[in-house]
Amino acid sequence: MNFEMLVFYALATILLFAGFRVVTARHPVQAALFLVLAFFTGAGLWLLLEAEFLAITLVLVYIGAVMVLFLFVVMMLNLNIEKMRAGFWGNLPLAAFVGILMAFEMVLVLTVAGRSVVAAPQVHGPGYSNTKELGRLIYTDYVYAFEIAAVVLLVAIVAAIAITLRRRTGTKHQDPAKQVRVKRDDRVRLVSMPAEKDL
Amino acid sequence: MTDALTYLQGLFGFAWPLVWSMAKIVAIVAPLMLGVAYLTYAERKIIGYMQLRIGPNRVGPKGWLQPIADALKLLMKEIVLPTSANKGLFLLAPVLAIGPALAAWAVVPFTPELVLANIDASLLYIMAITSMGVYGIVLAGWASNSKYAFLGAMRASAQIVSYEIAMGFALVGVLMAAQSLNLVEIVKAQQGGVFSWYWLPLFPLFIVYLIAGVAETNRAPFDVVEGESEIVGFHVDYAGMAFAIFFLAEYANMILVATMTSLMFLGGWNPLFDFAPFTWIPGFVWLLAKVCFILFLFLWFRATFPRYRYDQIMRLGWKVFIPVTLVWILVVGAAMQTSYGHLFH
Repeated sequence: MNFEMLVFYALATILLFAGFRVVTARHPVQAALFLVLAFFTGAGLWLLLEAEFLAITLVLVYIGAVMVLFLFVVMMLNLNIEKMRAGFWGNLPLAAFVGILMAFEMVLVLTVAGRSVVAAPQVHGPGYSNTKELGRLIYTDYVYAFEIAAVVLLVAIVAAIAITLRRRTGTKHQDPAKQVRVKRDDRVRLVSMPAEKDL
Repeated sequence: MTDALTYLQGLFGFAWPLVWSMAKIVAIVAPLMLGVAYLTYAERKIIGYMQLRIGPNRVGPKGWLQPIADALKLLMKEIVLPTSANKGLFLLAPVLAIGPALAAWAVVPFTPELVLANIDASLLYIMAITSMGVYGIVLAGWASNSKYAFLGAMRASAQIVSYEIAMGFALVGVLMAAQSLNLVEIVKAQQGGVFSWYWLPLFPLFIVYLIAGVAETNRAPFDVVEGESEIVGFHVDYAGMAFAIFFLAEYANMILVATMTSLMFLGGWNPLFDFAPFTWIPGFVWLLAKVCFILFLFLWFRATFPRYRYDQIMRLGWKVFIPVTLVWILVVGAAMQTSYGHLFH
């Protein structure tokens, strides 16, 4: 057992634990935090695979952006945990059936002849850069797929912004352009007052 | 030296990589913590003199032991747990705030050789790790179970998330110019005196990065999280060492932003000019001098500018900085396709 194996088993244990707690944690905020832990540990496993670009992007995008917004939403919703758990036992048989079916399908897919054993990826020398390899593939062989994915994301961004652009009446907001343009004469009136003489 | 290393290696067996990494981490974190302590001293002294005061001068000669006294005071104070706070998360939040602030230093190079982990995507690593700092703030506000703390956390984290985008785009310009994500390569690409540093060709990005760095660390004039005029702040319920950890994280982040600015826009360890008297000074001293200069700017800003209003902060981040960076990235990209490309290398 070398050091790498030690790291792998440590990370794998944490990942399984975190994934288990995501679905069993009592409070949604705790569940979201365990999901963060799961992502982080997963990124660690990818680092062991020498996929450093993917690992760092996982942390940057999913932990740094997606889960933060997720936490915002979960924290601000006034969740009633009792109410959410009310139908638990009633729905359990159906949920268990669907879950087992999905697990069975996954096993089927993974054990299709020849796919169950994947050759260990070769270990690269110190000069190898996974980031460069990935960049080369994305911008040459898979450039159309990559660009289409980018366009789809762009459309989603525009759509999300368009949804927020509804007209609301009665809101008060400041117009910074007006604030910047304001001059002294708009705010202050100088009044000339003669001094009183007969005191 | 090598003999001692081999002896220790034999002593620890297969746990050696762990022990050796730990030793290196301590060698970075301990000076950093000392730097944080004396940054608070420098802040109080410099702002004091700017405001025609003397600043701390009672503890030790010229007040030099003041940060130590402050640390001892904070250590001995009671950590108050608010009733019905979420205890686990309340105590976890400071840890999540300081963890990323320290972890980012793993890839920061101090000289071309002196770096804990010289990884290929170190710039990306810094962005990823610093983006995790926001969890400490969000959780601190939420776990305190107080509306003021929660509102403060919302404001602070929205501010951090917004300015992170502008910072990220500024870094995109740097990596386009240097054609590398590796910090050592980025500094090496700026060799050749003050006019080869990236502050000149990437001037708009430099300014955006610097100001966004101030906003990202919640420093004045963007310090609504701890402003006396605002009644909210994510750490209102923290006391003693739990509060001090947030404080440490803020200052460690300040030093990190200053170091990143020096590395990416001010030539890192490259001397001011590439001839004799300047090249005699070792590179590490140059880097330290640049970091100190940026940190001085941080303190100067605090003494000079009045606090921004919250909506103005968001406006500046989204409507000014992000468009500026986007335009300049386009300019750099377009120029690289023409014969003016050498200006941006």
